[in-house]
Amino acid sequence: MSHLLREHAPITEAGWRLLDDEARERLTPALAARKLVDFSGPHGWDYSATNLGRVEDVADAPGDGVAASQRRVLGLVELRAHFAISRAQLDDAERGAPDVDLETLDKAARRIASAENAAVFGGWGAAGIKGIAEASPHERINLGEDCEVYPRHVAKSVDALRAVGVDGPYGLALSPEGHTHVLETAEHGGYPLFQHLQEILGGPIVWAPGMNGGVVVSLRGGDFLFDSGEDLSIGYEGHDADAVQLYLEESFSFRVATPEAAVPLPV
Amino acid sequence: MRAVGFDQYHEPAAELPEEARTFARMAANLIEEAEAIDWYEQRLAIERDSTARAIMLDAEGEEFKHFSMNLEFLFRRLPLWREIAQGILFQDGDIVEHGEESEEEATEEEAAKGAPLAGSESLGIGSLRGA
Repeated sequence: MSHLLREHAPITEAGWRLLDDEARERLTPALAARKLVDFSGPHGWDYSATNLGRVEDVADAPGDGVAASQRRVLGLVELRAHFAISRAQLDDAERGAPDVDLETLDKAARRIASAENAAVFGGWGAAGIKGIAEASPHERINLGEDCEVYPRHVAKSVDALRAVGVDGPYGLALSPEGHTHVLETAEHGGYPLFQHLQEILGGPIVWAPGMNGGVVVSLRGGDFLFDSGEDLSIGYEGHDADAVQLYLEESFSFRVATPEAAVPLPV
Repeated sequence: MRAVGFDQYHEPAAELPEEARTFARMAANLIEEAEAIDWYEQRLAIERDSTARAIMLDAEGEEFKHFSMNLEFLFRRLPLWREIAQGILFQDGDIVEHGEESEEEATEEEAAKGAPLAGSESLGIGSLRGA
């Protein structure tokens, strides 16, 4: 039995399948970072740290004439998003109800996906994670509200990346608001802005809940490293007569190997 | 004593999860449909009566359908199988070559995507590059 304790939940196999399918369906569109960065793993729940390949000096070596250093690692963070599912809803699902209310799971999926995106793009100082946007040495290109000028901003970002030898294709992560604006906009002549931007990038435009503004990144590989311990899973916490308490969980670390492979586009 | 009707299980049925039991039933169906197609092919090879042939051809068409539906069900349960099959089925050229290439590509892709560890209860999302 794994630490997720799923076998202890008053949930049938069909019920677990329903919850897992729903979570997968909600998470997949929202996990923007995974559409742009290199993913390694999953290495398992007991995988605790990413090797940084570096050492630091340690004072007071326990012996004369001995130099000491200690390996530096980046500890994995664990994210958990709790939610409760009504047992009545699970019973309805067993009866074949096609419209079971899983809103609490949907919201938890959105929360954990947003947190993953926020850590990867914006960073998480307390956890030792430097985000793609904050690590970039490039001049920030203010995205602004006027979508009509986005092609100019994106083209300038792509030029900035090429100028430092960072090849494409390139991808663009956009906040939900920015993404909606782009989808809604047609340029002069009616050509959809979304397609125009994709042509400049040569890669995808991804919807990124949890991030502000946008960021253009190279997709050549090797620049942004997501290290997964336990990939997203649903675990069991407890239950009473009315509801089952569950959680979505993952463990990961994130490193930027090439800070110059991204151009931030703040709002 | 053999438990008649349950020999599609190679492990104790009570220890198999529901999904594995369903998979075993559908795999048994697939085998039976393939056998039925074989039987019709043998009968058709020697039957000279045109009406009997027409009936058997019609029945064999049903078996083609059943076999294909069973196969699609199993593919949906095992995405890696589906992935490998996609590189082999409905392709002209050397079947063995397609098979080798497809297996290599699919397994590499699976590893790169962050396929779940064996026995893991994760959602198996992994990488979404190119999704």
